[in-house]
Amino acid sequence: MDIYLLEAIINGILLGGVLALLALGLNLIFGVVDVVWICYADIVMCGMYAIYFLYAQYGVPLPLACAIAISGLAGLGVLVHVLIIAPVLRSPPLNQLLATGGLLFFLQSFATLLFGTDFRNIGVRLPVLEVATMYLSFARLIAFAISLVGAVALYFFLKRTYLGTAIRAIAQDREIVGLMGIDDRRIYLAVSAIGGALAGLAACLLALQYDVHPFIGNTFGPVIFMICVLGGLGNMIGGFIASFVISQIIAIGGYYGSTELSYVFAFTFFIVLMLIRPRGLFAP
Amino acid sequence: MLALSSVSAAYGSFQALFSVSLEIKRGEAVGVIGPNGAGKTTLMRVISGLIAAHEGTMTLEGRAITGLPAHQVVEQGIAHVPENRRLFPALSVEENLRIGAFIPSARARFSERLDWVYQLFPRLKERRAQLAGTMSGGEQQMCAIARALMSKPKVLLMDEPSAGLAPLVVAQVFELVRKIRAEGLTVLIVEQNVQQVLEVVDRAYLLEVGAIRLAGSAAELKQNSVIREAYMGL
Repeated sequence: MDIYLLEAIINGILLGGVLALLALGLNLIFGVVDVVWICYADIVMCGMYAIYFLYAQYGVPLPLACAIAISGLAGLGVLVHVLIIAPVLRSPPLNQLLATGGLLFFLQSFATLLFGTDFRNIGVRLPVLEVATMYLSFARLIAFAISLVGAVALYFFLKRTYLGTAIRAIAQDREIVGLMGIDDRRIYLAVSAIGGALAGLAACLLALQYDVHPFIGNTFGPVIFMICVLGGLGNMIGGFIASFVISQIIAIGGYYGSTELSYVFAFTFFIVLMLIRPRGLFAP
Repeated sequence: MLALSSVSAAYGSFQALFSVSLEIKRGEAVGVIGPNGAGKTTLMRVISGLIAAHEGTMTLEGRAITGLPAHQVVEQGIAHVPENRRLFPALSVEENLRIGAFIPSARARFSERLDWVYQLFPRLKERRAQLAGTMSGGEQQMCAIARALMSKPKVLLMDEPSAGLAPLVVAQVFELVRKIRAEGLTVLIVEQNVQQVLEVVDRAYLLEVGAIRLAGSAAELKQNSVIREAYMGL
């Protein structure tokens, strides 16, 4: 096999890791709260700025800066739920979409106002590994490994704990969980915090690879949303697998064409698949 | 034990319960019978806090439970087996039981409760790892009852436990109700299957168009001409 193609495939797998982490977060929130956070990628952007300022500007050690960003975004997740989602929880889906869409523009504009449109880099230079004449970015390898650890941790949390079991239960039958002694409002808060923390973890991993600017959310937000729809909105495992399908299309498309063209391939694939399987790849 | 005094409730502008009063003593099994749409399910949902009563008071062991949200009513000691079982289909049997023990007091004694429930319903132990949605209707009803028992309730509410089940399975479900009674639990059971429910309860109320029309011991009601003609086809 062509060594450059193999390199593209491996990079595709590595890219899929971080996308999967974000798809898990978005799906978790949708599955439980039944609202799509259109602004999810822009919450990640806030986390990237937090890491940039903490680490690159104020010299906070990187692991601590990451820990602060993750817990900060968990808190931001709760705030988003309390201030924006909770008031429209019983409203028609279109209103909910507009509310979280409004937050997207708010965050982008607010970031532009505060920080300008400069591209900022945290300036961590990780080595590029050369394996059998293939060049693999160490930052991507780390991001992939940590994403998988995050996904596995989330799996065990949902599978083994009372709170995790309650989260899965509420996604299956919202109306009767009260009869089990579960306060749905507290579950919504917990899920929003977890979704925020996952966005924070993704922000740490993305900050190692990309410059942060107010519109960075636009580069991967639509892709994550597409992945979730492709895997079946709310279907965590479907979204996880779809992340790797889409990242492969982007990686291989980039190899045969260009990076810009690879997104055209990915979205064309998505549109065609939606016509054939409108409820996602894994709909029964 | 559980007392309702002049409770009225509505869905929006549709009033479903009109000044319903009833009382259940400790260790008693009481039935509420009546036709479709009489307000039986509404009554259960009002007691467990899924629907708010707009008038009247409810007490459990003398303490007011009126207006409490559902998740707090469970902590007071009332467990509700909902109509159509409503198991979490994609959770295993044991995960459904774990959710039943979500409240802190039950969580602390989870393994003890689980042993007790498995002893009561050995079939569930065999099926513990199976997804609840893949079991037969009778097994699902058994699991739904077990899930409610996990919270160690003082009063068990059962909404149409025999609905949608084959006649042979219905007999088995009423056998389960007998078993639970033998454990000393206080039971309030809503049923359309009048003949069979009157065999397992001490007393019953007849609910029609949201109001109580008749009340009496099971033996009395079995002899009552209104009940015999309208509900037992005799």
